[in-house]
Amino acid sequence: MNILLAILVLGSIAAVFGALLGFASVRFKVDADPIVEQLDALLPQTQCGQCGYPGCKPYAQAVADGEAINKCAPGGEDTIKKIADLMGVEVQPIDESHVKGNIAQSNRPKVAFVIEEDCIGCTKCIQACPVDAIIGAAKQMHTIIVDECTGCDLCVAPCPVDCIEMRELPETIHNWQWDLTSIPVTQLD
Amino acid sequence: MVESVVERITRGHFWDFHGGIHPPEQKFLTSNKPIKQLSLPKQLIIPLQQHIGQEGDLLVSIGEHVLKGQALTLSTNPMVVPIHAPTSGTISAIKMSVIAHPSGLSQLCIIFDVDGDDRWRKREVCHDIELLANHQIIEKIANAGIAGMGGAGFPTHIKVNSKVSSKPDINFLIINGVECEPYITADDLLMMEQSNAIVDGIKILDKLLTPAFIFIAIENNKPKAIKALQQATAKIEKIKVCVVPTKYPAGGEKQLIQILTGKEVTSGQLPIHAGIVMQNVATCFAINEAVRHDTPLIRRVVTVTGQALDKPQNVWALIGTPINFLLEQCSVQHIKNEKQPVIMGGPMMGFSVSSELVPVVKTSNCILVPSKVEMPSAFEKESKEVECIRCGQCSDVCPSQLLPQELQWSAKAKDHAQLKKLNLSDCIDCGACAYVCPSQIPLVHYYRIAKAEILEQQQLDLKAEKAKTRFEARKLRLEKEKVARHEKQKKAAAARKAAMNKATPEATGAKSAVAAALARVKAKKASKDQVQEQTNTPDSQTNLSSDVADDQKSQVSAAIARAKAKKKLKAEATNTLSSDNNDANKIVDALETKSTVTLQASVDDKKAKIAVAIAKAKAKKLNKTNDAAADTNKVTKHTLAVNMDAKKVVNIEDKKVKIAAAIAKVKSKALAKANKVNKETDDTSRINYPVTNNETQSKYKPAELVQTEQEDIAVSDSTGNSKNKNITESKPIISIDKKAKIIAAIAKAKAKNKLKEISLVEKNNPDNV
Repeated sequence: MNILLAILVLGSIAAVFGALLGFASVRFKVDADPIVEQLDALLPQTQCGQCGYPGCKPYAQAVADGEAINKCAPGGEDTIKKIADLMGVEVQPIDESHVKGNIAQSNRPKVAFVIEEDCIGCTKCIQACPVDAIIGAAKQMHTIIVDECTGCDLCVAPCPVDCIEMRELPETIHNWQWDLTSIPVTQLD
Repeated sequence: MVESVVERITRGHFWDFHGGIHPPEQKFLTSNKPIKQLSLPKQLIIPLQQHIGQEGDLLVSIGEHVLKGQALTLSTNPMVVPIHAPTSGTISAIKMSVIAHPSGLSQLCIIFDVDGDDRWRKREVCHDIELLANHQIIEKIANAGIAGMGGAGFPTHIKVNSKVSSKPDINFLIINGVECEPYITADDLLMMEQSNAIVDGIKILDKLLTPAFIFIAIENNKPKAIKALQQATAKIEKIKVCVVPTKYPAGGEKQLIQILTGKEVTSGQLPIHAGIVMQNVATCFAINEAVRHDTPLIRRVVTVTGQALDKPQNVWALIGTPINFLLEQCSVQHIKNEKQPVIMGGPMMGFSVSSELVPVVKTSNCILVPSKVEMPSAFEKESKEVECIRCGQCSDVCPSQLLPQELQWSAKAKDHAQLKKLNLSDCIDCGACAYVCPSQIPLVHYYRIAKAEILEQQQLDLKAEKAKTRFEARKLRLEKEKVARHEKQKKAAAARKAAMNKATPEATGAKSAVAAALARVKAKKASKDQVQEQTNTPDSQTNLSSDVADDQKSQVSAAIARAKAKKKLKAEATNTLSSDNNDANKIVDALETKSTVTLQASVDDKKAKIAVAIAKAKAKKLNKTNDAAADTNKVTKHTLAVNMDAKKVVNIEDKKVKIAAAIAKVKSKALAKANKVNKETDDTSRINYPVTNNETQSKYKPAELVQTEQEDIAVSDSTGNSKNKNITESKPIISIDKKAKIIAAIAKAKAKNKLKEISLVEKNNPDNV
């Protein structure tokens, strides 16, 4: 009798909790994989495609699915470290095969620049720009919206007359980085 | 609460803030000399941006003569403070020039040649400020270009605009005359000499802000200034002069509020949230000048001091005066013998300037030229920094109660999250920690670097966020466009089908005509097939000279003659009709053929054209195989050299045009690239041509015959591949070529159209074929 009671009690508890869990899994269902959003937030959003995926979000999805974490050239070591932290994997050195051009090497950010007198207005760069940062129309001169350009380099290759080049952003007092040697905070005697 | 604060202050009791230091004072160098009026400098350099915020829009152009006090830039939004001409003169340039910033970077400046007349623009002096409404006063302050003169340079008209919504009532207006930096006496002297003007300025602020009480805070090391202001405010109940104990950095906004009211302004909040507004004494003076005398902010008191100077003194400096002019006026002793450091701002918070042409701006209160004995560290190139010994002195003196050594480690490790946790943003850069550090660690440097990095990171994050939204918007747009395109294509196809199947007389007429033509073609094909079997080898493509039956020959030659006549007509009409096959051309061609030529002729015509096209394609192919390896530049020379082989020449000429166009396009691309592209095109043509030929051959065998006939009768048309003619006549080759090319292009286009038409008909009426 006792054993029956015990089974009954435990069984009913199990049923109640089972129902509760079942309800919760339906009620609080998470549609998207939250890890993809978190990974996407870590990526630099240049949408350059150097990782081999058509944008940062697809690469975030791929990393979540087990892709190597060291393919983001614009993000560099910092991003790899952050992704490694998030994914709980070892930090890897950057995959050199995905480093295109000189984006990764230079410290100063670069943006594309259209040499306007050479532009023939073919609109090829406009189609290549992942963030719509190039304005212009067919047979009209094109130009880059500097503030929107991510420096992804994707517009350079399609240009048939090679009139696009990557230029470093000039250093101004707004983006200047303090240099240890320039300001003496002094000790008086 | 307010009453108790006032009570305490009237009793002379103050709160204390955490930490602070007592650096040795050097105010005696300048505090006992009056403010000197300088002669006008020859040139002024006026930076467009001298405060927190953005540059204004330029109102003047190069060469323009401006009067003293005339606005040089226009304020378009509240964060923009205009600048004014400090004296009369001419704008000689507007260019990048080194400005008062630790980076030593350049910014857009107006270079101003002083004419020496010092002629004012028209001013409207206001005798009674009671007649002015508050918004008028604020407008005057904004137009006078006043930015906080204590150091940060926050636009004053924003700070004094109490009507801005969600601002609580102002309990205290604090006038900051503390001036705690050990060298600076600019405010001290201003209070001594201009106490009445300062009090007038305070009255204007009182009218604007209507605070419960007004405190004028002065450190107890400025007895003369205290006395002057006490006298000036003796009759005003509301204003209290507070003599606060000397301690660095008592002049910091949050520190002074704590001293006077005992309140701590919470991290991330502004004093206004606690009902307190603070203004510098120099700002009060400038407000008075602006509102009562219509004088914009064009000059300020600058302490030019340091033991390297013969005559250190406070001076009235026009905004834009290069510091070398100020130093000349105060006679520099040792500036030539070695690299003399010049520090802008005080010794605690200032920075060394990179050029002696750096101009005085609205926030510069001190130029310090120390001697080597006075400040040896300023002369040293290398830092004497050693490891932190965890003595904790830095956290004892930090006025913001931060943990400087923890901050330092996190700053070195670039651990931005940790720095945030340690409230780096509350650091006021006062330098007290670095001052007491026995290891001589330049702590403030590390914080400044970290602050700049954090700021940059924030900007990058913002940019990334923007890029992401733009990228996603673009993806969405492309998706939409794709769907729209599909819809459009579907609709167009449906419309075409409907038009074809409709029982209109036009459509049926066209259909039956085409059907009849096809039937005839078929019949002819059958008869010619026999002949071809006899004469042509299977590999008839390369065999260009084969015999054909005579009757067919005459028939075809007639057709060709007709075709040629027509082609010429058209060539003249369209001149350079390119071979682009737009629908309009197709229709026109089709209609013309039907209306002008009989059905029989049209079939022959078609044949002839197809033949021409095939001949041309073949010739092209041959030419391409020959020239595959040839460099594009060589082709032109090569052409002239081998014009004995007419066929080649013509084709090369033909290609030349194309190549020329290609060269123009890919001129700047690398030669290697060009070669590669050529090879690629050649490869594709090699693959494609046999296929098309085979197709054409199998479908239109009679055409093959027509072509061979054509060559036999040496008709020098379209392709111009008549050997005999070109061998004998080398001179008119070019004109013939040109004509031939045009004709060929037209023929090609036509043939293509016909082919398409036929194939379309075939598709629609599969039974007929």
